[in-house]
Amino acid sequence: MRRRDFMQVGGLGLGALVLPLGAFGKVISAEALLAPGMDVRQKKKLADLALNTAKSKGATYTDVRIGRYLNQFIITRERQVQNITNNESFGVGVRVIVNGTWGFASTHDLTEAGITKATEQAVAIAKANAKFQKEPVKLVPVKAHGEVTWKTPIQRNAMEVPVAEKVDLLLSANAKALENGANFINNSLFIVNEQKYFASSEGSYIDQDIHRIWPTFNVTVIDKAAGQFRSRQEMAAPMGMGYEYLEPKAEDKIMSPAGFVLYKNSYDMLEDVVVATNQVKEMFNAKAVVPGKYTMVLEPNHLGLTIHESVGHPLELDRVLGYEANYAGTSFATLDKWQSKNFKYGSDLVNLIADKTQPYSLGAVGYDDEGVQCKQWDLVKEGVLVNYQAIRDQAHIINESESHGCCYAQSWSDVQFQRMPNVSLAAGKTPYTPEQMISEVEKGIYIAGRGSYSIDQQRYNFQFGGQVFFEITDGKITGMLKDVAYQSNTQEFWNSCSKICDESDYRLFGSFFDGKGQPSQVSAVSHGSATTRFDNVNVINTGRKI
Amino acid sequence: MSILTKEAARSILEKVVSFVKADECSVTLNGTNEGNVRYARNTINTSGLNSTLTLNIQVSFGKKTGTAAINEFDDASLQKAVRRAEELAQLSPENPEYMSVLPPQNYVESKGYFQSTADITPEYRAEVAAASILPASEKDITAAGFFNDVVSFDALMNSKGLFAYNINSNLDFTVTMRTNDGTGSGWATRDFNDVNRFDVKEASNIAIEKALLSRTPKAIEPGKYTVILEPAAALGLLGPMLFSMGARQADEGRSFLAQKGGGTKLGEKIVDERVTIYSDSLHPDLPSNTWSNDGLPINPSTWVENGVVKNMFYTRYWAEQKGVAPMPFPGAAIMMGGDASLAELIKNTQKGVLVTNLWYIRSVDPQTLLYTGLTRDGTFYIENGQIQYPIKNFRFNESPIIMLNNLEELGKQQRVNGNLIPSMRIRDFTFTSLSDAV
Repeated sequence: MRRRDFMQVGGLGLGALVLPLGAFGKVISAEALLAPGMDVRQKKKLADLALNTAKSKGATYTDVRIGRYLNQFIITRERQVQNITNNESFGVGVRVIVNGTWGFASTHDLTEAGITKATEQAVAIAKANAKFQKEPVKLVPVKAHGEVTWKTPIQRNAMEVPVAEKVDLLLSANAKALENGANFINNSLFIVNEQKYFASSEGSYIDQDIHRIWPTFNVTVIDKAAGQFRSRQEMAAPMGMGYEYLEPKAEDKIMSPAGFVLYKNSYDMLEDVVVATNQVKEMFNAKAVVPGKYTMVLEPNHLGLTIHESVGHPLELDRVLGYEANYAGTSFATLDKWQSKNFKYGSDLVNLIADKTQPYSLGAVGYDDEGVQCKQWDLVKEGVLVNYQAIRDQAHIINESESHGCCYAQSWSDVQFQRMPNVSLAAGKTPYTPEQMISEVEKGIYIAGRGSYSIDQQRYNFQFGGQVFFEITDGKITGMLKDVAYQSNTQEFWNSCSKICDESDYRLFGSFFDGKGQPSQVSAVSHGSATTRFDNVNVINTGRKI
Repeated sequence: MSILTKEAARSILEKVVSFVKADECSVTLNGTNEGNVRYARNTINTSGLNSTLTLNIQVSFGKKTGTAAINEFDDASLQKAVRRAEELAQLSPENPEYMSVLPPQNYVESKGYFQSTADITPEYRAEVAAASILPASEKDITAAGFFNDVVSFDALMNSKGLFAYNINSNLDFTVTMRTNDGTGSGWATRDFNDVNRFDVKEASNIAIEKALLSRTPKAIEPGKYTVILEPAAALGLLGPMLFSMGARQADEGRSFLAQKGGGTKLGEKIVDERVTIYSDSLHPDLPSNTWSNDGLPINPSTWVENGVVKNMFYTRYWAEQKGVAPMPFPGAAIMMGGDASLAELIKNTQKGVLVTNLWYIRSVDPQTLLYTGLTRDGTFYIENGQIQYPIKNFRFNESPIIMLNNLEELGKQQRVNGNLIPSMRIRDFTFTSLSDAV
């Protein structure tokens, strides 16, 4: 039995705590994370060598990605550090088109000889596969950007923060959980820095420095006598930010209508862990949900996952076309539905926006992994399906004259392909708070935080759980519920959307581990929303006895 | 060259160990050669080659450990990596769970390597894709599939003189066949250590047949049904159960094996008495590594016998805490099956549902091992011992513990995803909603 087979695949792999490093990922010291990478002039020189070599071998298009990928993981439980790992992976991936066919090869050997050899391999693979090619590659044009740079606008580079300070935060959080009655707590901090240099035969040389951060915890309380245990995870989100995300600010705190703190663009782990521990204790005495139809009031750190699965994935054009049929699946959102211009994906209130530029988001970059400047575009406008997510070799299929700029590879050693941009639900335009929303619900459930999630291979039928559930009766939250999951159909669910809170409640959910492709690659993506109401949703009780 | 012989690996490891000044060290050397081809829309999309060779060094001063990894093998680079690991160890906090490295162990030699698989060429992979696409295109079907082959070796040496080496080959194949009217879909999977056992046409034809049979499915009401789970579907729920059999979680009270009032369910009957699950690294149909990452021999072990929990996984640390022998996680699981073919299981079914595969399986409640997910790529209604018609896919909410208590009959075993699993008929399997997905 191979463990990797049980890592989460074909969707969000929230359980997988391993980021890909590509071939030859190596462990380095924390100080080495700060060492400068290869000089940009040297990168340009190597890139030009690949571009020229490929051209001379018959390539009609070439791109080169020289990437240095740095990760730091700090993992603790209760009163001890379990692991601190600093990883570095450095290499180059070369992609070419020869005879209308893609070829890709990569190497960790960043000498002139190494790059030349990888380029020749990419050309050879393209030529070999061209024999079986039935659909020659067609690229839409892209602007030549010349030499440009982009950097995640961080305030404090998390790699520069001393390990001792980070360990102290995690162990302090653990201590607070234990003091408040937790039996166990596991927590971790993941920090990512992608230093990516892209060059293409279209005339772009793009140097980018991308940062992400993700604090997690899982607090568990045991009732030994009953042989039961309950847990809650953090109400934080992984973000495209520096260490400033872990420096709590009052303006980023939002009081949930259920009376506990939620977070926007900075997170207070020491506060949340106490709330979590108290909530877990409360779960043992929570009322078991009565199955039936309910009005659902869904908090953004919960709803983000539903958006991811029921909107983000079905609108990936490669899925729609069948390229993912053997793995992640296809999509109900077929081209004829888009062509009709009247397919009601959701109610009139529903505006779903793709965006690779959104501040603090995981997907924000200046340029994608094929040199397209990133942007924002509509997927669903006033409930109607209006677009997909497409890259340079797909855009012509949906009559677009330019790529959406959502091409990504998890490392230099993997080939880039279409990946989900940030996909978000636009906030309501008129002032409306979660408290007002709750006050108008007769029989409902308020859910916060992401929980269990599952959706079919064409993205019709889904089931979601959450971290905490509260019963709403006659406009008031009346107590905690347990064993809650809701099941719905994507189109039915989004058409039952009846209210959306305003911009002041808008915030991001995210994941480091969106999985797609064979061999599988992960990608980091955010989903924004404000608290949203859905009517008449089917709720099941998940309690069982074994 | 990423695949080293036992002697070549030993020679590098001996050199590294000789450079270490720390109290203890454990050094691993791993190499892989991997190739793949991916196809969809009846055409090849991508193919790739990947080759890696990595040395990992873990050193310790007392309970302080540091690690370093490297892919250069000249003396200066190796020395530098050892010094880096030693520096990191000196800076690290003490790990109270650190276990001193093992003395030399006795291992049996693994039988998992086949030269035939190591000899696979890019041309062979392209032919696999072509041989799968051709019968599909002849039947108005679109094929999408993935073939991946890998040869890998692992070697381990430590400062107490332990040395272990293993070489293995493996291939994985999955194919999805969809009818061009969009109403039918079939799937098959195969995996072997020896590519000579692999028949791409046989697997592709099963997927094609399922696709054709599954066209224009009828909707039937969700509820509790007798189901026949093909081995891949059964593994979808058995796998997560086996991964949840860690002793520490059970002792800590946060596992399905935690006992009311404290203690664990070790020795208790938790499922039907016909359920026996064991592991054997030398099984001829499923050869796997004979030692674990930390150097423990992986001996044949029984996890569930006649429905009773016989063993849980113990790390070396937890085993020491509990005064028992460590039990490493096995490389492969085997569930005892019966003699019935799939056709015979169907014949013995009055009313039921045949399930080819389960998809997007996620934990709903770790306490009861409740999982949700959906049927996929071939779901059929059975009545009076015959498949009557294809049906729409269902979402299930089910626990493998409840499932294995509701066992009616076991069928023959099949190798699936590195395990040997029988098909099985289960009563009262819980389907909670319908899916329109094909």
